[in-house]
Amino acid sequence: MKPFTYERAKSPADAVVALARNPGAKLIAGGTNLLDHMKLEIVTPQHLIDVNGTGLDTIENTPDGGLRIGAMVRNTALAAHPRVKKDYAVLSRAIVAGASGQLRNKATTAGNLMQRTRCPYFYDTNMPCNKRDPGSGCSAQGGFSRNHAAVGGGANCICFFPSDMSNAMNVLDATVEVMKPDGTMRTIPIADFHLLPGDELPVKEFALAPGEMITAVTLPKPPGGKHFYRKVRNRASYAFALVSVAAVIQPDGTGNITLGGVGTKPWRSAAGDAAVPKGAKAVAAALFANPTATDQNQYKLKLAERTIAAVLAAAKG
Amino acid sequence: MAGTDFLEMSRRGLMTSGAVASAVAVVPLATPTPAQAATDRLTPSTMPVSFTVNGKPERLVVDTRTTLLDALRENLHLTGTKKGCDHGQCGACTVIVDGQRINSCLSLAVMHEGGSVTTIEGLGTPDKLHPMQAAFVRHDGFQCGYCTPGQICSAVAMLGELKAGVPSHVTTDLASPKHSEAELRERMSGNICRCAAYPNIIAAIEDVAGIGQKSGNKA
Ligand SMILES: Cc1cc2nc3c(=O)[nH]c(=O)nc-3n(C[C@H](O)[C@H](O)[C@H](O)COP(=O)(O)OP(=O)(O)OC[C@H]3O[C@@H](n4cnc5c(N)ncnc54)[C@H](O)[C@@H]3O)c2cc1C
Ligand code: SF4
Ligand code: FES
Ligand code: FES
Repeated sequence: MKPFTYERAKSPADAVVALARNPGAKLIAGGTNLLDHMKLEIVTPQHLIDVNGTGLDTIENTPDGGLRIGAMVRNTALAAHPRVKKDYAVLSRAIVAGASGQLRNKATTAGNLMQRTRCPYFYDTNMPCNKRDPGSGCSAQGGFSRNHAAVGGGANCICFFPSDMSNAMNVLDATVEVMKPDGTMRTIPIADFHLLPGDELPVKEFALAPGEMITAVTLPKPPGGKHFYRKVRNRASYAFALVSVAAVIQPDGTGNITLGGVGTKPWRSAAGDAAVPKGAKAVAAALFANPTATDQNQYKLKLAERTIAAVLAAAKG
Repeated sequence: MAGTDFLEMSRRGLMTSGAVASAVAVVPLATPTPAQAATDRLTPSTMPVSFTVNGKPERLVVDTRTTLLDALRENLHLTGTKKGCDHGQCGACTVIVDGQRINSCLSLAVMHEGGSVTTIEGLGTPDKLHPMQAAFVRHDGFQCGYCTPGQICSAVAMLGELKAGVPSHVTTDLASPKHSEAELRERMSGNICRCAAYPNIIAAIEDVAGIGQKSGNKA
């Protein structure tokens, strides 16, 4: 790890001021992703701003019947919240499908949204990787890409987005609340928060501008219906997804589906949702209109269709 | 040739900087000013931090890079907590902080100001074992023992999570998670055992939880 200085922010305003003052700084929340990267010198911030003391650790009802989740709420606390278990079960299920009990106790709502790729070439600092070292190339293309994205890839990067929680936030139409460097607020719909790799370098991952901080994520009023989070992976627990399906299915057969593991961001479209009553084949056809799969991860398209089929069958049961 | 020019230039550059370096060497070394400390990527930054470990208040001055795991092992010589992967992938470093199990390798010591840490050394003593420690001995819940401190700390806190209604990936009814072998296995998946002592680890935890062979409802 490279040396760094450290300070504790007492409020979000404190944190954005500190960020503005230290251009080489990073916010640290649970630390379960950032410290992993700092140890490997994938990222080397000169200064850390600890946001654990900013008081953003509450879950509150909103006037319109929704929920406002503070940025520092731990994944365990969020999955165990009575209203989340009852009204937003897909979120509870997605969270507990990820990482381990220990990690979920530390991981925060904001940190989870902002977690970075698990691409092995991103982790191996000896290998070219556009995400880590813009312009160096993408080792996954022509390399081992079995775990990579089968849709949404671009010339610069084809890694899948690993957060389970974000898939549920996406299917629930969450909104990310952000404090700007000047202390004023703005909101970003979750669908626009995670970015496609696109054609330009550096590869942008999040819609957050430099110096901005996430303060909360809000959920609209409960969508009703049956909630599912089905995750297919190489081992039964403590592993990232090959394919996952976050779904809210209504009694009349309509519903919303966001896929994880298969795309460079949580993968959902209006056409995909509209196809839900027609079945898995139709949903997959709509979601995978423009695949970017490699020979090695082509299987994810079929696996995703079958996992959607399993969820739709369970919804009928 | 461009290549030779480049070599020549860098050799000349090297020679100049060598001369500068030897000139500087005769000047007494100055302590870096705070401004230098912030920009010079080789100068470690240190900070004081205070927390309680196994009920005992501790005050340390640490390099900001020190993880909680290294502070416990290297500064406080509490070597019961083990380092397996140092990246959150094995659970050997599990300790209980403010009542919750965490991976101490993925947390900085300075992030625990005012915190309360329990390690395997604080759960029980050789004469007065914690019930979970006693159960691991009784059920032979280990072979080499390297993962064991993490397994035991994890198991103790995990039963608290189950009691508090925290759901898991295998919970059928999110509203009321129930004890079962499947639940215990899933909830302990963050603790890898290279010796694969899993069957006996689960038996030990079931024993403490009051399920399994003893009460006759082993899943
Ligand atoms: C072994 C292992 C297995 C895992 N398995 C899974 C899995 O199966 N599924 C899954 O979804 N995840 C998994 N994870 C990832 C885990 O969910 C993330 O590490 C965690 O959610 C990150 O949250 P954090 O609070 O610790 O973030 P940190 O590490 O503190 O921060 C992550 C990033 O977010 C930024 N950040 C933090 N707070 C804010 C804020 N308020 N505003 C703006 N930026 C902020 C930080 O600057 C940093 O860039 C796994 C992790 C490990 C180590
Ligand atoms: S897929 Fe993305 S993260 Fe992986 S090597 Fe290519 S650019 Fe890097
Ligand atoms: S040493 Fe911390 S999880 Fe492996
Ligand atoms: S007893 Fe050897 S690793 Fe678990």
